[in-house]
Amino acid sequence: MLVLLGIAVIALGFLLRFNPLLVVAASALVTGLCAGIDPIAILAAFGKAFNQSRYVSVIYIVLPVIGLLERHGLQERARDLIAAFKGATVGRLLIGYMIFRQLSAALGLNSIAGPAQTVRPLVAPMAAAAAEKQGEPTGTDRIPAMAAATDNIGLFFGEDIFIAIGSILLMKGVLEGYGIDIQPIHLSLWAIPTAIAAALIHGTRLWLLDRRLRRVP
Amino acid sequence: MIGAGFIYAIAGAAFALFAALSVTDRTNPKRWGNAAFYALLTVSFWAGDRIGDVGNGILVLGLVAIGGLGLMGRGARMTTTVAERQADAAARGNRLFMPALVIPATALVGTLVFWQIPAIVDPKQVTLVALTCGVLLALIVCYAWLKPQAATPFAEGTRLMDSVGWAAVLPQMLASLGAVFALAGVGEAVGQLAGLALPSGSLIGGVLVYGIGMAAFTMVMGNAFAAFPVMFAGIAMPLLIKQFHGDPAVIAAIGMLAGFCGTLMTPMAANFNLVPAALLDLKDQSAVIKAQIPTAIPLLVVNILLLYFLAFR
Repeated sequence: MLVLLGIAVIALGFLLRFNPLLVVAASALVTGLCAGIDPIAILAAFGKAFNQSRYVSVIYIVLPVIGLLERHGLQERARDLIAAFKGATVGRLLIGYMIFRQLSAALGLNSIAGPAQTVRPLVAPMAAAAAEKQGEPTGTDRIPAMAAATDNIGLFFGEDIFIAIGSILLMKGVLEGYGIDIQPIHLSLWAIPTAIAAALIHGTRLWLLDRRLRRVP
Repeated sequence: MIGAGFIYAIAGAAFALFAALSVTDRTNPKRWGNAAFYALLTVSFWAGDRIGDVGNGILVLGLVAIGGLGLMGRGARMTTTVAERQADAAARGNRLFMPALVIPATALVGTLVFWQIPAIVDPKQVTLVALTCGVLLALIVCYAWLKPQAATPFAEGTRLMDSVGWAAVLPQMLASLGAVFALAGVGEAVGQLAGLALPSGSLIGGVLVYGIGMAAFTMVMGNAFAAFPVMFAGIAMPLLIKQFHGDPAVIAAIGMLAGFCGTLMTPMAANFNLVPAALLDLKDQSAVIKAQIPTAIPLLVVNILLLYFLAFR
């Protein structure tokens, strides 16, 4: 039970707004020491896992392309394009993006979109331009944050429909450990009800966002 | 075979250029901190497999020291003004989207093609290899069409990288913390606690503890993958499946999705929740989480209802 102190360190560290890198390192040290692991062994385990998870940080290679295009007015063009569409609203735009993201993730195409690839250069400026036409003040966090949230929600509740995604394989492995043999297709089919619920709940919120904006002249 | 080696070679090169352009960025008062941080990531990508586990651990300590002690800043290198961008955007029109769309299009086509040639492209890495090819292709298109100076794309890239800053490695740090948690048996301890909270013999109680437990434990670990084996062993298997004969496929699949609702609500899932806030220059670091909570909570309720009604027919 002592090892749970590491979780307390994390919670307290985030609450007191210490730098998260220091909090995570401190939590790893506390957890390891409470479990009676030698400090060098903790360092080695941490280093090994860090090396194995490098793939998460590969996405930053898109930044030079995005930065250069922004220098030439990509965000401005994205805004102009949406501003020219009469019927474009922030809610409709993000509902369309969410469905695109869910369907593409369901086909296993997770990395064709994301915060660096699509949200920052395209979706967020488009959403902001549409919202401004509807009366939203410029420069607030609310609309870009909603664009990033919509990207996550579309991804999370689409990807589990694809049979070869990591979480499906993990579930299959865990179930096998208990002698339960289940085909990945059964696991992915049972992800569909939640995918539909996610689209309905988040879609309703986006629709309500449009209605609220319209009421403010 | 084209796989992780190719991807990490390119990523290391990108960070090497970010480091070099940080050194020469006199507008950044903390340019040496940024340069050292990016240089360490270059080492990680290029030599991570050769410096051993302890070597990687020391590398991480270096990243924590630089990022955690506030030694990184943001450059203010000359870029274009808003007026220049608007003029450029008007002149170039929708063709500006083309290089940006080359990346997802190549990722899409590449993924489909590479699946067919497992002998040449590592099947485990197809999407990342395809994405990397897309970035390289887009970069070539940009150089040919926009004719920037050789260093300009990377100077602009460094500007964006600086805005992410130390948060860039937080996802990897949290994944590593998860590994230490696993080694120390944190999962088993949490499973025991959940077992104590379990009302024996109550189906509704069991479903509630399993669904809410998946979300809550995911919020602590930042990752539903870490929570699933623990909650499955602690609650789903002994109670929901053995005692109440629930359908294991439904219990596993929807339990995992209940965990994903937790992912939407926690700063521990840094790559989904904190990095986008930094990339979008939001004033409030937790703005993305705040935008997600009103979807995550009703969806968690729906998942618990789906578990109750679909798994025990």
